[in-house]
Amino acid sequence: MSILIGKDTRLVVQGITGRDGSFHSAQMLAYGTNLAAGVTPGKGGGRFEDRIPIFDTVRRAVQETGANTSIIYVRAPFAPDAICEAADAGIGFIVCITEGVPVKDMARVLPYVRSRGSRLLGPNCPGIVAPGDKVKVGILPTAIFKAGSVGVVSRSGTLTYELVFQLTSNGVGQSTCVGIGGDPLIGTNFIDILQMFEEDSETKAIVLIGEIGGTDEQEAAGFIVKNLSKPVVAFIAGQTAPEGKRMGHAGAIVSGASGTAKEKIEAFEKAGIAVARIPSEIAPLLKKTSSAVSG
Amino acid sequence: MKIHEYQAKELFRAQGIPVPPGEVAESPSAAAELSRRYGKTVVIKAQVLVGGRGKAGGVKLAKDPQEARQHAESILGMDIKGLTVNKVLVTEAVDIAKEIYLGVIMDRASQQAVIMASAAGGVDIEEVARDRPEAIHRLTVDPLYGVLAFQSRALARELHDDPAVARQIAVIIEKLYAAFDETDASLAEINPLVVTPAGEVIAIDAKVNVDDSALFRQGEVEAMRDLSAEDPGETESRKMGLSFVRLSGNVGCIVNGAGLAMATMDLVKTYGGQPANFLDIGGSSNPDKVVTALKIILGDSSVRSIFINIFGGITRCDDVARGLVAALQQVEQVPPVVVRLTGTNETEALDILKQVDITTAATMDDGVKKAIELAH
Repeated sequence: MSILIGKDTRLVVQGITGRDGSFHSAQMLAYGTNLAAGVTPGKGGGRFEDRIPIFDTVRRAVQETGANTSIIYVRAPFAPDAICEAADAGIGFIVCITEGVPVKDMARVLPYVRSRGSRLLGPNCPGIVAPGDKVKVGILPTAIFKAGSVGVVSRSGTLTYELVFQLTSNGVGQSTCVGIGGDPLIGTNFIDILQMFEEDSETKAIVLIGEIGGTDEQEAAGFIVKNLSKPVVAFIAGQTAPEGKRMGHAGAIVSGASGTAKEKIEAFEKAGIAVARIPSEIAPLLKKTSSAVSG
Repeated sequence: MKIHEYQAKELFRAQGIPVPPGEVAESPSAAAELSRRYGKTVVIKAQVLVGGRGKAGGVKLAKDPQEARQHAESILGMDIKGLTVNKVLVTEAVDIAKEIYLGVIMDRASQQAVIMASAAGGVDIEEVARDRPEAIHRLTVDPLYGVLAFQSRALARELHDDPAVARQIAVIIEKLYAAFDETDASLAEINPLVVTPAGEVIAIDAKVNVDDSALFRQGEVEAMRDLSAEDPGETESRKMGLSFVRLSGNVGCIVNGAGLAMATMDLVKTYGGQPANFLDIGGSSNPDKVVTALKIILGDSSVRSIFINIFGGITRCDDVARGLVAALQQVEQVPPVVVRLTGTNETEALDILKQVDITTAATMDDGVKKAIELAH
C-alpha cells in the first residue's frame, strides 16, 4: 500500500490546457496514473490528447468521471479559488503545485478545505509518487524512483529528486515520496505524513527532508519520539543560510535565532533521530537503522 | 519585501494610527532645516532595512538644528550590519511614560494572523519571548472575522490599567491589524508604542514586511522598494525570476531549486570551502536565465570558481548546457567552472558542453570537491 494515492486514484487536472498542466498531464499518463478528467473554465467539451474529457467545472468532472483526486497547475492569483472549487466538489485529496500563492489567501483557504473534509498537499510542492503502484500526482521525474519500503517526506523539490536518486542508486526503494511544499502555510505537514507512514504496512523506514524556517521539523522530532515505531533518518538543508534572507522558498527564512538548521538538527539529535550531515550519508544511515531496507 | 520605517509610518498614518510628525532627509542641511521647522527636540533615525539601529549608533536625539546637522552627518553614510545609511528620518521626540510592544505576524503553526503584545515594550521582543514568555499576550485572528471589538478591548486592558489609555490602544490594535491585512504583510510591528505622561498613545517606531508572493496586487507597497538598499545582484536576479542571495565565500553556486541550492552551499562548507552565494535558477530554466546567473556571480570579484549543479526533473539539461555555452562566450575572464548535470537530456547536454573549457562532475559531492580545489 502507498499513502494518499494508489490504484484507486482517479485524477482530475485543474489547468490541463496550460503549458505546465498539459506537459505534466502527459507525463503522469505515461507513468501509469489514472487521469480521468481535466478542467479548464471555458474549454469544457474538448479532449486532452483526444481521449481525456475536459470540463468547465470540477463538480462536473466529478459527476461525469468519479474523480477523487485533483492536481492544480493554475497561476498563483487563481490557485486559491481552484483549491476551494476542488474541495467544494467533494475531491478528497487536492495537490497544489502552484508557487507564489499569497500567504493571506492560504490563511482563508485552509479552513475552507478542512470544512469540506478534504486534504490539501502544498501549495508550492512537487506532488507525490507511489513507485509500487506506478502512480504520480505531481511533477517529480519518475525515472529516479524504485519501488521499495522507504517513505520519503520533504519540503523541497529538486533536493528531493537528488536524495531519491541517491537512494535508488544505492538500491534503496521507496514506498511513497511526498513533497509537502516550501510555503509558510501548507495543507499537510510533516506530522500528518509521518502518521500515515507509521500506519502504512509497506513503509518500513522514513526519510524526512527539512530546511530552514519555522518549527515544523522541531515539532516533527517531538512527534516521532512519541508516536513512531519506524526508524527515521533526517536531513536539513540551509546550514549556511544567513539570517533574514528568503532562500528561494517563501517559507525558508531564518528569523532571529528561530528556524535555523542548527536548531532543527539539534531537535532531531536530542530525540535520538539519525541526522545525515550530507546527502550521501542518508542511504548508509538508513541501512544501519533498518534491516528492512533492502540494497 | 522589507520597507523603511518612514514608509511603514506612512502606511500607519494612512490607517489612522497616531505617529509623530517626521520627514526624511538625505543630507545634514536638510536634517537641520527639518529640525528648525519642528522647533523642538527631534530624533535622527538611520533608515536601513535591518534591526539594531539604536545599538549601532544610528538613532540620536538633537535639541537644535546645529545638533541635528551634526548627528545627520555622522549617521548618513554609516554602515549598519553591512548596509549603508542613505537616509535619515527626522521626527519629533516624544516624552515617554511607558513603552508597549505591539505586533502582528502570520503564524505558521496556527495558520492564522496572531497579534502579539507586551507591556514590556521598547526592548528586543525575541529576548522577552525567550526569557519571559508569560509577558507576551497572543491573540489569534480568524481571517473571516478580523479583530473583534471585545478581543482588542481585552488585550488593551492587559497592556494598560488606565481605561482612557486602554481605549486608545484598542483602536490602535484594530488599525494595526487592518494595515497588516490590507498590505498582505507577513509582519507589522510597533516597538515601542509609547504612552506619554499626558496619556496619549503614539507609535514611535514602525516595521512592515510584505509577503513577496502578494506584490502582484500590492502596487503601492511595491513602489516603496528601495533599490539603493538592495544588493544589485539581488535586484537583477529578481527581474529575471531568479532567486539570489550573496554570501561572503569564493565558490559561486548555480543550482536549480531552492532546497538543492541550500544543500549545495552546505556541502561546499562541509568539504572545507566557502559558498559565495545562494542562486536558484528555478524549475523550468531557459538559456537566458543561465546567462544572467553567470553574469551576476561574475559581478562578485571574490568568486574563484563556480559550481553548477543541475538536477533535471522538469529542467532540461541541454537547455542549461546551451545557456552555459552562450554565457561563457559572452563573458570574459571566467573563473574555472565545474558542471554537474543529471536528468532529462543529460547525454545531449554533455555533448554540448564539449565545446567549452569546463570541468564536469558525475555527482554533487564530486563537483563540490572539484570546485573547492579550483578555488584555491
